Amino acid sequence: MNLNYTPEEEQFRHHVRAWLNEHLPRDWQQLARAQSKRMDEWMAFLKRWQRQLYEAGLAGISWPKQYGGRGATMIEQLILIEEMARAQAPNMLNISIGIELVGPAIMHHGTEAQKQRYLPKILSAEEIWSQGFSEPAAGSDLASLQTRALVKDDSFVVNGQKVWMSWAEYSDYCILLVRTDPTAPKHKGISFLLVDMRSPGITIRPTKQITGEAEFSEVFFDDVVVPRENLVGGLNQGWNVAMTVLAHERGTSAIGYQVRLRTELDGLIRLTKQFERNGRPASQDPLLRQKLAQAYSEVEILKHNIYRAVTQIMRTGKPGPESSIIKLFWSEMDRRQKEIGMEMLGLYSQLVHESKGAIDDGWWPHAFLWSRAGTIYAGSSEIQRNIIAERVLGMPKG
Amino acid sequence: MEFGFTEEQQMIRQQAAECLKHECPTGLVRQLMESEHGYSHELWQTMVEMGWTGLIIPEAYGGVGLSFVELAIVLEEMGRALVPGSFFSTVVLAGQVLLAATNDQQKQCWLVPLASGKLRATVAATESNGRWDAGGITVRAEHQNGQFLINGTKLFVPDAHIADLIICVARTGSMEGVEQGITLFAVNRHAPGLTVTPLKTLDQTRRLYEVSFEQVQVPAHYVLGEVGQGWTIWERVFDKATIGLCAEMVGGAQAALDMAVNYSKSRIQFGRPIGSFQSLQHRCADMLLLTESARSAVYAAAWVASQDANDLSLQASIAKSYTNDAYRYVTGECIQIHGGMGFTWEHDAHLYLKRAKADEVTFGDAAFHRERIAKLIGL
Repeated sequence: MNLNYTPEEEQFRHHVRAWLNEHLPRDWQQLARAQSKRMDEWMAFLKRWQRQLYEAGLAGISWPKQYGGRGATMIEQLILIEEMARAQAPNMLNISIGIELVGPAIMHHGTEAQKQRYLPKILSAEEIWSQGFSEPAAGSDLASLQTRALVKDDSFVVNGQKVWMSWAEYSDYCILLVRTDPTAPKHKGISFLLVDMRSPGITIRPTKQITGEAEFSEVFFDDVVVPRENLVGGLNQGWNVAMTVLAHERGTSAIGYQVRLRTELDGLIRLTKQFERNGRPASQDPLLRQKLAQAYSEVEILKHNIYRAVTQIMRTGKPGPESSIIKLFWSEMDRRQKEIGMEMLGLYSQLVHESKGAIDDGWWPHAFLWSRAGTIYAGSSEIQRNIIAERVLGMPKG
Repeated sequence: MEFGFTEEQQMIRQQAAECLKHECPTGLVRQLMESEHGYSHELWQTMVEMGWTGLIIPEAYGGVGLSFVELAIVLEEMGRALVPGSFFSTVVLAGQVLLAATNDQQKQCWLVPLASGKLRATVAATESNGRWDAGGITVRAEHQNGQFLINGTKLFVPDAHIADLIICVARTGSMEGVEQGITLFAVNRHAPGLTVTPLKTLDQTRRLYEVSFEQVQVPAHYVLGEVGQGWTIWERVFDKATIGLCAEMVGGAQAALDMAVNYSKSRIQFGRPIGSFQSLQHRCADMLLLTESARSAVYAAAWVASQDANDLSLQASIAKSYTNDAYRYVTGECIQIHGGMGFTWEHDAHLYLKRAKADEVTFGDAAFHRERIAKLIGL
């Protein structure tokens, strides 16, 4: 055990920090706040930002060099994510789906032609990706999905509906799970396709969410033609590919959330010293102090959990079902943290964006609402507990 | 950055686990619980032979010279096996005071026999006020004719009855500036005026005593460190002992979790193993989440202790506050999953629940440590 960084790792951290200091635009947060009104401008900015990172060799750094990465270690990748979060830099547009989900899926299960064709453009943000997994009747029970694809000549013809597709309107491609063998047991009849979002027959309808924004869309597929070469991992082998994707989604990418949670908590701690409750600074309230100390501990422990998991991955080569522990932990603690912020603000917790008197321009009520999503997406907390019970603890299937 | 154990460390764990499985089964734990002192000389000798009493003592004083991380590994296995007796008080409490506060002559006198298992010792810190901060130290030691006279009563002192040496945290200065004027004394347990009275406690695997001092004479060269400078030493030992206890607690939580999961796989109700019911699966998943998260906190803290890093107190308090809640929760759930069986004296589940409750209040409960965290992070 050695929790110190090597000189090379320290040097890399220094390099990233210096680069961010020089290149991070000062005014990006204003743009972010106005994103709901000027979405096109915001998207163009994010594309430019990722392009810059890519050209500096800082996008998808753990990817092999031949696909545009730099073959960095996972620790270096963690350092990059930590430094980005610490500098409060905007996330890469194509990171949570393109780099973290589509990339590993293609790298593990794709053909060489697919790797050459898609991977570099994911890193450079030339092509933006979204994820078509969930359906109205297939959320947590993902394998019961009904979107159909029939093989016709050298193509698949897709019909059905997907929900909760992030940034679908702004995407060039999506990864799509479709049923290609309705007679097989439900996990065995699924295929994994790469679909051009501008194909004829695709209709996108944004879904307004509880925060009032519309980050997600419902997407309808009517006789959408997808070339046969866009199949990843073999016909009816889509479930395995999807599982690779989900393990990545739940695992180490959480380090970015960890740093963000810490930054947000630091902000809350500062706020409690200025904000009065019952005639004294909120920071002097004994119960609130207890809750903040607990939140602080949990953020630290999340970091330790992630670093233990990363060490495990570096030793064994792949994320295990332990990533479910991390997902369950961070999403539940995120919710608790936002509840503490709302409790602290009392009457002011009701004042939202652009209201007179709103604290931090209404950031807390927004974050509070958004925290309800974390325990649902990427496998709900209940699904994570099922996975932990069955695949980590080896309990019998229900 | 490598947050995992080396091969050598894994070997130490494996040896400890195998040794304790054979030498300290719960049958022995139960037998010792019913005995007068809760102590087994044979088990003590086994631990001596394994090199555990001298694990973190430098080779120059007869020890093995390993780090706090290795100690934490062994303690985790001890917690899993519910090891009774005075290892913790001798090695983790007294041993660390002696390591930190003694001159060479004192090390030869006490640390060498402690490393070789010939000396058992404990620390008398807490009093009837139940406090862990410096303000709780009211037992007085007066300087008189080249020696000290100690008067007052210590409470909740672990393993005092079988300790050869009792290290007393006493006040030699005024109560003003509470952390000033505290001195550490090495006291022979057989010194005239010293009385040890057993307390009847919830967890009988580790014994607590009242130790009263009535005009107990201590020679000046039995002062550990400088007169009036004892608190800073004790506070660091307190932090490390807290982390050591947390390592034991994680081992205990793992044992309770394993017990519950194994039982849920074999117990048939409604025609199927109860472990196939989602309500039980989710309870067990939460038990694992808490155990693993406590483990992460404890390993990180043990590393900080091994490096004597600046954030020792913060990491100790994070580990203790989290592990307190985790261990109590997991042992409670363990009984619930066993149903009526878990409520019987014969089943081991209650041994862990009782350990959890005793450990929870030892070195400060969760509220104490969270308040400490709040101060340390500038609240």
